[in-house]
Amino acid sequence: MAAGGPAHGPELTTAAVAGEALQPSGAAGSIASTGAGSPGSEGKPSAWAGFKKKSPLAALVIQRLALSVMLLFAVSLMIFGGVEALPGDFASTYLGQSATPQAVENIRKDLGLDRPAATRYFEWLGGALQGDFGRSWASKQSVSEQIGKRLGNSLFLAFFAAAISVPLAVGLGMLAVQYRNRLPDKIINVISLAAISLPEFFVGYLLILFFAVQLGVATFPATVYDSMTFGQRLSAIALPTATLVLVVLAHMMRMTRAAILNVMSSAYVETAELKGLSGLRIIARHAAPNAVAPVVNVIALNLAYLVVGVVVVEVVFVYPGMGQYMVDAVTVRDMPVVQACGLIFAAFYIFLNMVADIIAIVANPRLRHPR
Amino acid sequence: MASLLSVKNLKIEATSYPPGEPPRTVTLVEGVSFDVEKGKVLGLIGESGAGKSTIGLTSLAYGRGGVRITGGEVLLDGEDILKLSPAGIRKVRGCKVCYVAQSAAAAFNPAHRLGEQVIEASLKHGIMSRAEAEKRAVHLFGVLGLPNPETFGQRYPHQVSGGQLQRAMTAMALCPNPELIVFDEPTTALDVTTQIDVLAAIKHAIEETHTAALYITHDLAVVAQITDDILVLRHGKMVEYGPVKQIIEAPREDYTRALVNVRGTKREEAADQSGALLRVENVTAGYGMLRVLQDVSLHLPKGQTLAVVGESGSGKSTLARVITGLLPPQEGRITFDGKPLPKALKGRSNDELRRIQMIYQMADTAMNPRQTVRDIIGRPLTFYYGLRGEKKTARVKELLEQIEMGGRFADRYPAELSGGQKQRVAIARALAASPELILCDEPTSALDPLVAEGILNLLHKLQEETQVSYVFITHDIAIVRAIADSVAVMHRGRLVRFGPKSKVLSPPFDDYTDLLLKSVPEMEIGWLERVLETRRMESAGN
Repeated sequence: MAAGGPAHGPELTTAAVAGEALQPSGAAGSIASTGAGSPGSEGKPSAWAGFKKKSPLAALVIQRLALSVMLLFAVSLMIFGGVEALPGDFASTYLGQSATPQAVENIRKDLGLDRPAATRYFEWLGGALQGDFGRSWASKQSVSEQIGKRLGNSLFLAFFAAAISVPLAVGLGMLAVQYRNRLPDKIINVISLAAISLPEFFVGYLLILFFAVQLGVATFPATVYDSMTFGQRLSAIALPTATLVLVVLAHMMRMTRAAILNVMSSAYVETAELKGLSGLRIIARHAAPNAVAPVVNVIALNLAYLVVGVVVVEVVFVYPGMGQYMVDAVTVRDMPVVQACGLIFAAFYIFLNMVADIIAIVANPRLRHPR
Repeated sequence: MASLLSVKNLKIEATSYPPGEPPRTVTLVEGVSFDVEKGKVLGLIGESGAGKSTIGLTSLAYGRGGVRITGGEVLLDGEDILKLSPAGIRKVRGCKVCYVAQSAAAAFNPAHRLGEQVIEASLKHGIMSRAEAEKRAVHLFGVLGLPNPETFGQRYPHQVSGGQLQRAMTAMALCPNPELIVFDEPTTALDVTTQIDVLAAIKHAIEETHTAALYITHDLAVVAQITDDILVLRHGKMVEYGPVKQIIEAPREDYTRALVNVRGTKREEAADQSGALLRVENVTAGYGMLRVLQDVSLHLPKGQTLAVVGESGSGKSTLARVITGLLPPQEGRITFDGKPLPKALKGRSNDELRRIQMIYQMADTAMNPRQTVRDIIGRPLTFYYGLRGEKKTARVKELLEQIEMGGRFADRYPAELSGGQKQRVAIARALAASPELILCDEPTSALDPLVAEGILNLLHKLQEETQVSYVFITHDIAIVRAIADSVAVMHRGRLVRFGPKSKVLSPPFDDYTDLLLKSVPEMEIGWLERVLETRRMESAGN
């Protein structure tokens, strides 16, 4: 038997006087607990913690922004380190047969390669922050200037591919949900799957064969010049745009379909159905807003691909974009150009994913409207 | 007077896909007929699987998850809505007939403001203009007793409480001025003290708007407060159909009688409550900075039952986690059989673990679905006693006899058992360790009243046979009356009241226990009015 056990039966213990017992244990309780539990954390509640509590949404967004900037710095370090570690040397490639040790040494000195890597990194980074990526070793021209034009071309192509593919993918995804497991759903699925399964250069050549060679309705090659009008440019990029749309469509469409289907089995969709709403209104108004987060992430990945991963399509269509520029630079070991392209690609990737994260955060009503 | 809703000879089927067998058609509802007149309320009552919700949803011509209405008529204002086109059905839903779901928390779209959702059906069906609908919504929020009716609609679902959401859902159903509302267990998911407010609000709103209603519930005491007629269902068939007074006061069928009397069992408490097998002293516990339990002290003599009552969030389950060692207390100590128990699970010996076992609310999730009953019950036998082979088989059989199930269940999987049987297997698994204390965390709340009663009787029988002690966590005062020797009332992490049952459950009460006791619906017509009247007088007196 317990040593201190009571000899008599338990008395009725009413722990506290009625009024006090009903009080929320919040105020008094938390003070007591901070005192006893962890005295160290008492002094810490910083301005940041207060801000986080007051507006969790802004805090999360700021966190994401800061993370992105840090990530970009890490990437710049990796790009520079990677380029440094690459085998091969610009000077010996440039000089070819006539590469005497003395000539190589001269060129290295000319380009400043004899200085320590850390110094060159910070110089490069400092310049890049101001939009100056140095001069191309091969053409001796300003990298920023050359890239500016080509980046414009790449974005032009990516923009139209995105403007067509994103609404199309989301719309088709919703349609597939509306007719799920019926014929329209199956057709959409099969076609989009086929499109993603074919390699993009193959799709590109097929399109060229049909539309440019046999039917003659499209322009090839898709090279754009400064002198072209807007309309001419549009007609020039028609085929590469179509190729890109076909490549990225399936992924986004299937994700939209899966995310919305997931939401369709929830109780609030049943509520909407029992309100007598029509199928498409239920999908668009009640299901889609709750499927934003996963869909936006997939869209961001595909948009990033449209900017970053279009090398093959640019080469196939002879389109003067960033991808082709970078490939050319790699073959001649023109490092300032490779580094600049790498950093810009990384920045796009990080930026798009950050935007997707922020949209997903903002789309969450619990964060947007805290209790 | 002609009926508003007239259901005739309803038959509902579904296709089931048993594993390893060809699909077969199961009949969920058969031969059900009833009428609802304008402005009247009909209660549909029965256990889970009785087809209540399925029948309720047919009045919106809706079948959940592949359910098919294969026979009979559902006449709304004389028109068979089962024969309507999809577009015709949409004109009925949300316009003439509205639905209030069991879990409003899940039934509201988290992405939209409450007000928008409340008026959506009225706008969609062109019943009123936006301005009129908004005005009506505010009026209804007021009728339903929601705080700040003017601005309530601007909130998002996660910004209001469960009871408020349930009332908002009622407002959503009332807004288009429907002829009929289907309430599908609207108060089942709520705490008992919240339930009474929602119940009163629904009753008031129905009376105010003269809307007819189908009220679905498994709780006869609740339905007695709000309906004019009652239809008792079992296994998809009608058991008894009549005016509420007759069903409650003079039930004809045995099944109805059992339902009416289910809360009747009361057990005398043990006279001698000295000594303590389990002693909890000044325990404070929580997660991180969040304190869930504050300074809780109680004790339990050997062979007796301590009921821990409180609403959700009161810290009941946390107390169980502290006793088992899953959540080490931040302060205080626990002694078991005279010796202090190590705070954390890791510090306890196998024998200390064996002596305290646990039964959970959801037997479903507490058992491995891929193990047979034999494996489930046999595991503790091997783990604690090293039993194998014949001896283990014999002991499993013995345990199955003890829980009144018999050896033939040994080779079944949990999916092949009913809810009550699963809970019995969970009890057998706890018993296999021959424990001295079993912590029961709401083991009957997910079960139907009659099944739950069977489990309670079993627990009582086992206690008499083996002298095992129970800590019985529940939110149901009727269960406390039925099984407890001593009672601990918890509120917001604190122990409000503790002592022998007779003393805890008799006046003078503290405010919280008083509220809790008065909120439990009684099987008596007019109980709700009486309680509300008392409340009104008390507040007037203050």
